[in-house]
Amino acid sequence: MSKLYERPKSLCDVPMHYCPGCTHGIAHRLIAEVMDELGIEGETVGVAPVGCAVFAYDYFECDMQEAAHGRAPAVATGIKRVIPDRIVFTYQGDGDLAAIGTAETVHAAARGENITVIFINNAIYGMTGGQMAPTSLPGQFTQTSPYGRDVKKQGYPVRISEMLSTLDGPSYIERVSLDSVPNINNAKKAIKKAFQKQIDKKGFSLVEVLSTCPTNWGLSPVESMKWLKDNMIPYYPLGVFKDVD
Amino acid sequence: MKSENIIIAGFGGQGILFAGKLLAYAAMVAGKEISWLPSYGPEMRGGTANCHVVISEEPVGSPIIVNPDVLISMNRPSLDKFENSVIEGGTIVVDKSLIDRKVTRTDVRVKYVEATKIAMELGNAALANMVMVGAFLKETGAFILDEIKDAIVKNIPKTKQALAEIDIKAMVAGYNA
Amino acid sequence: MSEKVLMKGNEAIAEAAILAGCRYFFGYPITPQTEIAAYMAKKMPKIGGTFLQAESEVSAINMVYGAAGAGARVMTSSSSPGMSLKGEGISYIAGADLPCVIVNIVRGGPGLGGIQPAQSDYFQATKGGGHGDYHLLVLAPNSVQEMVSLTIDAFDLADKYRIPVMLLGDGTLGQMMEPVEFSNDNISHVYEKPWATVGTQKKRKHNIINTLYMSPEELEYTIIERQKKYNSIVQNEIRCETSYLEDAEYVLSAYGTSSRIVETAVHQLRKEGYKAGIIRPITLWPFPSHIYKKAAEHAKAFLSVEMSMGQMVEDIMLAVNGKAPVHFFGRTGGVIPTPAEIVSKVKDIAGGNASE
Repeated sequence: MSKLYERPKSLCDVPMHYCPGCTHGIAHRLIAEVMDELGIEGETVGVAPVGCAVFAYDYFECDMQEAAHGRAPAVATGIKRVIPDRIVFTYQGDGDLAAIGTAETVHAAARGENITVIFINNAIYGMTGGQMAPTSLPGQFTQTSPYGRDVKKQGYPVRISEMLSTLDGPSYIERVSLDSVPNINNAKKAIKKAFQKQIDKKGFSLVEVLSTCPTNWGLSPVESMKWLKDNMIPYYPLGVFKDVD
Repeated sequence: MKSENIIIAGFGGQGILFAGKLLAYAAMVAGKEISWLPSYGPEMRGGTANCHVVISEEPVGSPIIVNPDVLISMNRPSLDKFENSVIEGGTIVVDKSLIDRKVTRTDVRVKYVEATKIAMELGNAALANMVMVGAFLKETGAFILDEIKDAIVKNIPKTKQALAEIDIKAMVAGYNA
Repeated sequence: MSEKVLMKGNEAIAEAAILAGCRYFFGYPITPQTEIAAYMAKKMPKIGGTFLQAESEVSAINMVYGAAGAGARVMTSSSSPGMSLKGEGISYIAGADLPCVIVNIVRGGPGLGGIQPAQSDYFQATKGGGHGDYHLLVLAPNSVQEMVSLTIDAFDLADKYRIPVMLLGDGTLGQMMEPVEFSNDNISHVYEKPWATVGTQKKRKHNIINTLYMSPEELEYTIIERQKKYNSIVQNEIRCETSYLEDAEYVLSAYGTSSRIVETAVHQLRKEGYKAGIIRPITLWPFPSHIYKKAAEHAKAFLSVEMSMGQMVEDIMLAVNGKAPVHFFGRTGGVIPTPAEIVSKVKDIAGGNASE
């Protein structure tokens, strides 16, 4: 009897702590499948963020470092410079990457640092309980924008992929979404391509993954997928923003 | 060579620190204990710069000179600042081209040199520091001329040795001034 | 014996680090330590090393974290305001038990302060700077030659104990030139680092460099385990230099630049018949408390001389523990005390004219 489904070898056999319906689990699995397919699990060092994915170091079978909040691209830079022939990736949320770690993100990209960044954008701070993120949408209700994000007072969301694609350093930037099976399949292709860019020493690659947070959005998992599709994708259009050889 | 506490002071860009380094280097080669301490900060060009060179038989304690034996002064602000700190019986060497006043102290030896004028006659005002070093050697007998000549050769990159010859020429001119 | 060269303290640190096998330097420009970065920028590419100018001190120290976690001998350097920014990363490096060398060429503070030499970061260096229960091993050289030897030792100590080691200098030491020798005597050891994250090669369980423990008991356990390491450092690594201590009635104490000035002052005092002696801590943490304790058996008074408003004096008071009066003299903000001021202070103490 042939197996139709199994845990990727690059994923640890441990229960994850993520909320029901959260898309972190999907994103983790995609990365692990890509590591399996590229055969790089033993060559890879991952860097976990601060945020909901803080325990990512317990979930991937590859070597892992846990970084301070926002500093993952700097930590990854340190690692990569020491072991340039290994594969180094960071896994970061929107608060980590686009607020407290903006400088580290922008400059790692500008340097063309040969690392891969997986950027989970779910438009909210999950771990601390649903505060406004740099990527929260205009009008979005959160614990710290209880009357809806008022752009006059709280400013506008940051479109990281568009912003970074203006730089010469990055080799590949794509925004994908986890709201449907076709989009999830596309997301995996993008992640694989990002890792391949690094293997080919093309420089900085980033995949922005639009994701859900049912718990802090106050929606069911199914409603969350719909909210992502109806609200986030229009503001954060999917597609390849940069692809150079 | 004598043990000396030397302050060299002037504008940034006059080669104050390099002149000090030559003395420190020559003393090191001669087996003395030495330290060289620059003022530092936004004074690459134009601001005041000085350096403290301690030459001693004993290991150097404080590298900061409060009362120098010798003051080599290459501008008016540095003479104003350091004149009174020189020890009784000490020496002040003054670039007469740039400093429009006399030393007021009567308990120190003073040597006035037209350092910048001599340097310009040699083709480059930036050689004034070397002229001052030459005048200082003559006045104090702190080093013999060859020790500093050697220091100049050793402290200028091999690719720029033509400059060493010019520096030595300027120093000798100061020595004979 | 190799030839003596005339070198700035900052450059000597950089050259010594390279001799010790450091091939990774991450930094950010700040006066008065920039020569370290400039030297590294020039040398590293020629020897297959990495010099990277980071976008901030915050980023630089986190690059150090990553590189140390990948098993490298790595260094960063800065001066006071930059060291405050590094505080976050230093706490994480301490918490993850990563070895690295951090150089602080201190200038006056607080805030932007000034650019002239100071010793006002003693508390930051020895008592924390970042958050949490941790220590840095803090080495305080007082000459350019010692900047060389202690830099080399710093890398060995860091690897031996898996601890961040700080080299605490100041603007004077960083900027001054003195003759130095780079001998082959203190060639560094090579330490195995099986904990490093360099890829599992599918031959072992994954290594994790981490500072997060959600269970209080687990976190407490790691801290207590680290404390054992600290205890062993206190047992084995204290360094201190004393002079004229045997018959000293007045024990002056200073580290770094101010110890040089104290040396000149004590020579003067001895000439004038005062029985003055010196304790110069070379490790500021661990602090050589036992030396002070012993000196307190015969000393009439202690005097801490610092380029601050009085920081190390607190550790001296703890060590002396009320056995003798502990006085303080300091200048700060970039002002350097003079030997004459120190001599005068000792005379005041001897004459009963100084309050503690």
